[in-house]
Amino acid sequence: MNRLSRDQIAARVARDIPEGAYVNLGIGLPTMVGAHLPADREIFLHSENGLLGMGPPPAAGEEDEDLINAGKQPVTLLAGGSYFHHADSFAMMRGGHLDICVLGAFQVSRTGDLANWHTGAPDAIPAVGGAMDLAIGAKRVFVMMEHQTRDGASKIVERCTYPLTGLACVSRIYTDLAVLDVTPQGLAVREIVDGLAFEELERITGIPLLHASE
Amino acid sequence: MIDKISPSLEAAVAGIQDGATILIGGFGTAGMPSALIDALIAQGARDLVIVNNNAGNGDTGLAALLKARRVRKIICSFPRQADSHVFDALYRAGEIELELTPQGNLAERIRAAGAGIGGFFSPTGYGTELAAGKETRLIDGRHYVLEYPIHADYALIKAHRGDRWGNLVYRKTARNFGPIMAMAARCTIAQVSEVVELGDIDPETVVTPGIFVQRVVLQGAQS
Repeated sequence: MNRLSRDQIAARVARDIPEGAYVNLGIGLPTMVGAHLPADREIFLHSENGLLGMGPPPAAGEEDEDLINAGKQPVTLLAGGSYFHHADSFAMMRGGHLDICVLGAFQVSRTGDLANWHTGAPDAIPAVGGAMDLAIGAKRVFVMMEHQTRDGASKIVERCTYPLTGLACVSRIYTDLAVLDVTPQGLAVREIVDGLAFEELERITGIPLLHASE
Repeated sequence: MIDKISPSLEAAVAGIQDGATILIGGFGTAGMPSALIDALIAQGARDLVIVNNNAGNGDTGLAALLKARRVRKIICSFPRQADSHVFDALYRAGEIELELTPQGNLAERIRAAGAGIGGFFSPTGYGTELAAGKETRLIDGRHYVLEYPIHADYALIKAHRGDRWGNLVYRKTARNFGPIMAMAARCTIAQVSEVVELGDIDPETVVTPGIFVQRVVLQGAQS
């Protein structure tokens, strides 16, 4: 089968982000989506630390320590962009003003529960940041992740075993093997990589899957 | 004549007592009032409760305050970072208390304090371990968690320009928690890059009106 690279997953997610969308790209893997957004679409990128209309990273030597993204990396602001304080920034999320947010995940359940903030390991220092606000705030939550852990366990599960970030909050899952929608009936497979049969995907995933009705 | 400008950083942090709750602005190092934090370390107050998004980066600013063992408890959303080694060591040694709060709830709890709100129902965190034991309510088919305001004795924030009445403007994403923290403390102290005359800040663009600010100090002001 032709597993997608991380860059290819990012490109696949970018294809589904329409002109005019207000979008938050979570830290880590989802940040890669930004580089694949087509130049002919105007898309508004939001960053939790108070900017809308976020542009690409600055040229070397042009960094400004007062202009960073949620991952604390230097960024730029597009013409038409704006700055605002933290309560307004999170009102944009919690108030349902963002169209899409893209998040990484440790696990997603069949009903769209998300676990992405903490492994629950006893020696791990917990840190949540904006993950829980993003998970429940955007109109649509896209998860972007590898389908399996390094040990081959499915990250799509019947019930999350890692601590939850949000309940029933995920809309769509993009992995290196497939694109799946969370529906009231269960997980519906919209796309599958070349050379992988539906039944094999279902075996790898370990829970029953549905065919998406077009 | 009302003049909120402090002559020095030392004067700006005078009177902060042991055991105080202090809101400290910044998201990572953007907007962190490092000059005020250094002055606070020199001032000596201890047993502090600190509210910040993070728990210090590297060895300066908030990390230096933690390293000096002045902080009893920190309320934050994202303590663990690549360069949070000072906090990590104190936490693992059981020498600092952590109250972890989702970032939007942290911001809204601070805003609520400044706005006189006694509590609010937030959908963030419902069904997770960060809402364990908290009161919940079902409103119009959606689950919410009751969150309480975070009041503070002091706020230490960083702004770009300030005038003697305490009006402030910020710079880019260094704004972050500054405006809401200014509202939530009994005494707000702003470190600024530039002190300007009254009227030099266009009233249409004032971000924090002076009513929320008690002291303004130039970031390089020495005693």
